[in-house]
Amino acid sequence: MSVTTAKSHYQSEAFARRLRARYAAERNFKIAGIAAIAIASLMLVVLLTSIVSKGYTAFWQAQVRVEVTFDKAQVEERNYAAILRQGLYAQFPQITERSGRRMLNELLSSGAPYELEALVARDPSIVGTTRTVWVRADDEVDQFVKGYFPRTGPEAERRLNDAKIAAVDAMTASGALVQSFNTTLFSAGDSREAEQAGIWGAVVGSLLTLLITMALSVPIGIAAAVYLEEFAPKNKWTDLIEVNINNLAAVPSIIFGLLGLAVFLGFFGLPRSAPVVGGLVMALMTLPVIIISARVALKSVPPSIREAALGIGASPLQTVTHHVLPLAMPGILTGTIIGMARALGETAPLLMIGMVAFIVDVPHGLTDSATVLPVQIYMWADSPERAFTERTSAAIMILLGFLILMNGLAVFLRKKFERRW
Amino acid sequence: MNVQTHIPTSAQAGARSAPAVPNKMVARDVKVFYGAKQALKGINVDIQENKVLALIGPSGCGKSTFLRCLNRMNDTIENCRVEGLIALDGEDVYGKSIDAVQLRARVGMVFQKPNPFPKSIYDNIAYGPRIHGMATGREELDEVVQTSLQRAGLWNEVKDRLREPGTGLSGGQQQRLCIARAIAVSPEVILMDEPCSALDPIATAHIEELIDELRENFTIVIVTHNMQQAARVSQKTAFFHLGDMVECDDTEEIFTNPRDERTQGYITGRYG
Repeated sequence: MSVTTAKSHYQSEAFARRLRARYAAERNFKIAGIAAIAIASLMLVVLLTSIVSKGYTAFWQAQVRVEVTFDKAQVEERNYAAILRQGLYAQFPQITERSGRRMLNELLSSGAPYELEALVARDPSIVGTTRTVWVRADDEVDQFVKGYFPRTGPEAERRLNDAKIAAVDAMTASGALVQSFNTTLFSAGDSREAEQAGIWGAVVGSLLTLLITMALSVPIGIAAAVYLEEFAPKNKWTDLIEVNINNLAAVPSIIFGLLGLAVFLGFFGLPRSAPVVGGLVMALMTLPVIIISARVALKSVPPSIREAALGIGASPLQTVTHHVLPLAMPGILTGTIIGMARALGETAPLLMIGMVAFIVDVPHGLTDSATVLPVQIYMWADSPERAFTERTSAAIMILLGFLILMNGLAVFLRKKFERRW
Repeated sequence: MNVQTHIPTSAQAGARSAPAVPNKMVARDVKVFYGAKQALKGINVDIQENKVLALIGPSGCGKSTFLRCLNRMNDTIENCRVEGLIALDGEDVYGKSIDAVQLRARVGMVFQKPNPFPKSIYDNIAYGPRIHGMATGREELDEVVQTSLQRAGLWNEVKDRLREPGTGLSGGQQQRLCIARAIAVSPEVILMDEPCSALDPIATAHIEELIDELRENFTIVIVTHNMQQAARVSQKTAFFHLGDMVECDDTEEIFTNPRDERTQGYITGRYG
C-alpha cells in the first residue's frame, strides 16, 4: 500500500511540475550569475579601453633633430640655449625676424638645453664639434603631431598658429620631427612641463613607502595573528581585541592619515612628505587586513597537524613554527600581498601627511620628500595641459601593471606553496 | 616523589588476578571537567608494562578523554580541568617533576585519523628525533628512520620513496607511518585512539598484528569501538560507561565472564 502511494507520488503530475520548477530555478540562477559576470566584464573592458585609448600615445614623444655646434666658449658659459637656437635657426634660414624666431624657440621643450648639458657631461670630448642631436619637442607640438589639436578653424582659437603649423609640417616632411619612445616618462620625476614629466619619482616613492609598510606590518601582523590564534586564551579581552581589529579594517583610510599627521608629524616631528611616514601610516592601515587574513589561514590548518606535533613532544612554539605556520604561509602571503596592493593604490591618508606635494627630484632615501603613484595620478589629472591627460592615463596603466603583477604574484605563491592533506 | 607506595589499590583492577607485572601507569580517582560538564567521574585503572590495555564502551563514555589525560593532550583544550592522580613510573604526570612536552615524548600517541605531516616520509619520522636531539648526524638519523619504519612494518613498502610526501600513502600505510613516527622518539607508552576506525579490514589486520609485535617493547593503551579488535589485541580490557569505569580485568574474563550486567549488555550488543 505504502509502496504504491510512494510510486504514484513520484510519478504524479504535481511532482513533475515541482521537478520542472526546481530545474527552472537552477537555470535562472545560472543566467543571473552569467549576467552579473558579463556586466562586470563589460565595465572592465570599457574602463580599460578608455584608459588605454587615452593613454597609449603618452609612451611616444615628439623629438626634434637639431644640428648643433658645441662652441667651446658657449659651453664654458653654459649657454646651451644659444647653442640650440643657432642650430634650430639654421634649419629655417628664411625666418629671420624676432617674432618668427621666438615661434621657433617655442617648438622645443624648455628643458631641451639641459639635454645638451647632459650630453656634454656624459662625453666632454664633443665640445668643439658639430653633432646631430635629438631633443624633446614642446608638449603642444607633441600633442599637435599626435593629432589632438585641430589644424583648421579660426587661428585665434587654435593652440598652434599658422606659422607654427607650417614650421612643424616642414620639419615633419624633412624628417627632423619624429615620434620616438618616451624614455623620459620612465626615468624622470614630476615637472610642470608635460614633456619633461616622468613617473619614476612616484614609482620610487611608492616602492620606498611599501618597503616600510611591509617591513612593519608583515612581521607584526603575523606575530599578532599567531599569538591570538594559537596562544591567547579565549576570554572577553581577546574578544574585545578581535572586535577592534575587525573594526580597524573597516575604518576609512583618511582617518589613518589624520592619525599619522597628529602622531608621526605632530608628536614625533618626522618630516613631511616622507616615505617613512607614508609607510608608517600604511602599515597601520594594512595591519588589520594582514592579521585577519593570517588568522583565517592559521584557522584553516587542520587541528590534527597540531595534535600530531604535540603528540610526539613538540613544544607549542615548535608546533607553530615547524608545522602550522609553514602550512598557513600561502594564505598569509596572499592576504599580505592583497594588503600591500591596497596600500599601493591608496591616496587619501597620504594627502594628510603631505605626500601630495609637487616633487621634482627622484627620492633617494626614506626621509626625502616624495610622492606615490596614485597621488601622482591625482595631481596629473588636476593639470590643465592636454599632454597631462594622456600621461595621467599612462600612469594609471603603470599602476595597474604593478597591481596585476602583485596579484599575479599572490596567485603564483598560493599555487606554488599550497599543500593538500 | 614516589606515588606508588601510597596509591590505594583500585576497586576492580587486580581483584581476581594478582598483579604479577609492574604497573607502568596508574590512574586514581581521575575526574575530568569540560567547563561545568563532568566527563569522567573518578577513574581507577592500572596500566601494566608491556601489555595492551583496550578501552571499550559506547560513544561519549569518556574513553578518549581518559586516553588524552594520560599524555596531557587535554591541556590544549580550553576549560578542561583534570583532577585526581595519574602517574607514570610512580611520578605524577600533572606534578612538577614532569613537563608536558617531556611527558608526550615518553607517552606517544596515534590518532583516530591518520595525520602525517605534509612532508616527506623521511621527515615525518625524523622530526621527533630531531627536535629531541636523539640523533646526531645524518647516519644516525637514517638509522632511526629505518628502524622505526621496520618496526612499524612499513619499511619494505616505502624504502624506495622516502622523499615522497607521507600524505601520498594509502590510509593504512599512513596510519603505520604515524605509528612509526610515534615509536621513532622511543616512547615508553603508546596511546592509540581508535587507530583502525578509518581503515579497511586488511589495513586493520596489519595494524593489529603490529600492535601485538610492539607489545614486546612498549606499553600500549588502545581505544576501540570494535569488540573483536579488543579481544584480539589486548590482554586487559576496561569497560567505560557514562564517565565511569565499570569494569577492568583480563580481556578473556571481560568477554567470557563479565561481572557487571552493563558490560555484558555492551559486549553482547544489546546497547552501545
